Amino acid sequence: MYQYNELDQQIVDERVRQFRDQVQRRLTGKLSEDEFRPLRLMNGLYMQRHAYMLRVAVPYGLLSSQQLRKLGYIAERYDRGFGHFTTRQNIQYNWPELEDVPDILAELASVEMHAIQTSGNCIRNITADPLAGVAADEIEDPRPYCELLRQYSTFHPEFSYLPRKFKIAVTGATQDRAAVAFHDIGVRMVKNEEGEVGYQVIVGGGLGRTPVIGEVIRPFLEKPHLLSYVEAIMRVYNLYGNRDNKYKARIKILVRELGIEEFRRQVEEEWEHFREGAMMVPEEEIARLQSFFPSPDYASDAADDRSFEAHAAENKKFARWLKNNVSAHKVPGYNVVSISLKIPGTPPGDITDQQMYALADLADQYSFGMISATHEQNLVLQDIKNADLFAVWQALEPLKLAWPNIGTLTDQICCPGLDYCSLANASSIPIAESIAQRFDDLDYLYDLGELKLKMSGCINACGHHHVGHIGILGIDKRGQEFYQIMLGGSAMDDASLGQWLGPAIARDEILGAVERLLEAYLVHREEGERFLETYRRLGPEPFKEKVYAQNH
Amino acid sequence: MPRIIKKDQIVEDTWVQVGASEPFPEGDILVSLERWQAEQETLQAHAGRVGLCLIGKDNPRELKGLLDQFALIAVEFPKFADGRGYSIARILRDELGYKGELRATGDILRDQLFYLMRCGFDAFAVREDRDIEDALAGLRDFSVVYQAASDYTSPIYRRFGRTGA
Repeated sequence: MYQYNELDQQIVDERVRQFRDQVQRRLTGKLSEDEFRPLRLMNGLYMQRHAYMLRVAVPYGLLSSQQLRKLGYIAERYDRGFGHFTTRQNIQYNWPELEDVPDILAELASVEMHAIQTSGNCIRNITADPLAGVAADEIEDPRPYCELLRQYSTFHPEFSYLPRKFKIAVTGATQDRAAVAFHDIGVRMVKNEEGEVGYQVIVGGGLGRTPVIGEVIRPFLEKPHLLSYVEAIMRVYNLYGNRDNKYKARIKILVRELGIEEFRRQVEEEWEHFREGAMMVPEEEIARLQSFFPSPDYASDAADDRSFEAHAAENKKFARWLKNNVSAHKVPGYNVVSISLKIPGTPPGDITDQQMYALADLADQYSFGMISATHEQNLVLQDIKNADLFAVWQALEPLKLAWPNIGTLTDQICCPGLDYCSLANASSIPIAESIAQRFDDLDYLYDLGELKLKMSGCINACGHHHVGHIGILGIDKRGQEFYQIMLGGSAMDDASLGQWLGPAIARDEILGAVERLLEAYLVHREEGERFLETYRRLGPEPFKEKVYAQNH
Repeated sequence: MPRIIKKDQIVEDTWVQVGASEPFPEGDILVSLERWQAEQETLQAHAGRVGLCLIGKDNPRELKGLLDQFALIAVEFPKFADGRGYSIARILRDELGYKGELRATGDILRDQLFYLMRCGFDAFAVREDRDIEDALAGLRDFSVVYQAASDYTSPIYRRFGRTGA
């Protein structure tokens, strides 16, 4: 992974010093809360329902074992023994004390981490394909370019007071696992007709109150121009994005108002002013960044070991895990192991300090010391040899980290909702927990097949409900918690936005409604058809009928 | 006389900002782009120097070729969260080659000064209810920066020989 040199380290160290001073000024009253707010937000420090919440950046979702241990230590020492992985591959702490935050940042800086720009109207953490580097369908590893963008966006002097927040995702694979169509800027590595690798640039996607699928602004951008082109987009947005109404301030609204053609014209006109200038990224810099992401030292005979087959034949639990949580790796004999953080009885995305310590050890022992976070709030051990699969499972099982529900209904995305968030209108964690509890029969889940359930506790859509096969949105109806259901969304290559099914449903009836949706699917599905496909084939009617039937 | 930060020093400000319908006083005056465009003849006869005060919606590119006339251009930040002035400054400095004093005014606080400076501002009229000596420290928040901007015309990878893994 990328390693800081003394310059990178100096930047995060100076940030710690700066923030320590800002906190000091706040505590002594030199800064009002109004003035402190944007400063703390640019360090990912929110004021939530009960306490401060600190969001720590995990650049493009990649963690070393040493970093994960530090995250565990912070959970133990400064929080209540757990952290929460988010849909943007970051981790949040729900109970830090303001006075401690500078020390937490210093702890993070000691392992080359930070909370820079994890909130605020600036360029947020760059996200990426969680299988970057090991996916079989990869054109190129996107992480060097993510790091290039991370450095570019860190304390960008011109773009730190944008009209609204700004999110960039990058994928180097043909299959989109980074939801690039739903970011302010999505970057896809592509090959042109001459076989050169460059970027397809997508702009103006997003969820939130106004979900929009991004549009291609440039089908092929040559590698040296990544930063200058991003800069041109940022400048047009900074100058012309709406600053009067925060609900119309995201770049997607500007793109929609101008139309993609006009927006492109403005961006490319801006770009002309500096496209051939110093911002061009030299080949040596790309090569330097790539040198931090070498292919690990894979064993050439790893595929010869098939011992997992015998274990699977004898051990049903292992077999289920193997089938469901283990997926293909580009190198024969290696496997991608997904670790579900949708553990029955705990909020989706939560992980304890002890689990973090243990996972860090496992990564050291079996996976070249690396762990990655996914935007579906799970973790991944990227490089597990065939020969180690059983041992890894045996180690994960007592840690409650081997729950084999990846990709199933209960592998749900869920925002913090009313339990923590001051914006929420309704609970989401308790609903997710009741779904996990009701649908704990794994054979039933496997029979349902791939199903993406995404839930938000308010229209800001942190739980991405618009792109769930089943989306659930919590609303407040005269002081009561109600839930709206939408169906048919997808954040993958077949990107689509879900459609509302019908009237909102009371809290105590939502579980029954989900049950009936699934019943409708099981009745109507054709051989091999996923929930999403059945919905797309039949439309909402059969689901609507079942959910809103009078005599259920 | 009000004090401002100019090129790292605290100095007295001799310029007078003129409102939308006020008569022009004697001495150095700062007028809006709108007034400057509408009242060029009067302003050309003005005995003191004339500076411009831009706001977020003003297009600095309208000033192309005219910038030598101004000893001072101020950019007003109505709220610190309104970041258009950062782009205006970079266009003035980096694209149009403006060399005179570029001053940030309005709702600017210590913690914005470093970014403002990087975008080409060399003078800062910090809010009057704030300690200007304290604000001066904001210019030294960081000693290393990644991007090219108006201060460093090259990004970090062209300024330092950085080694790989």
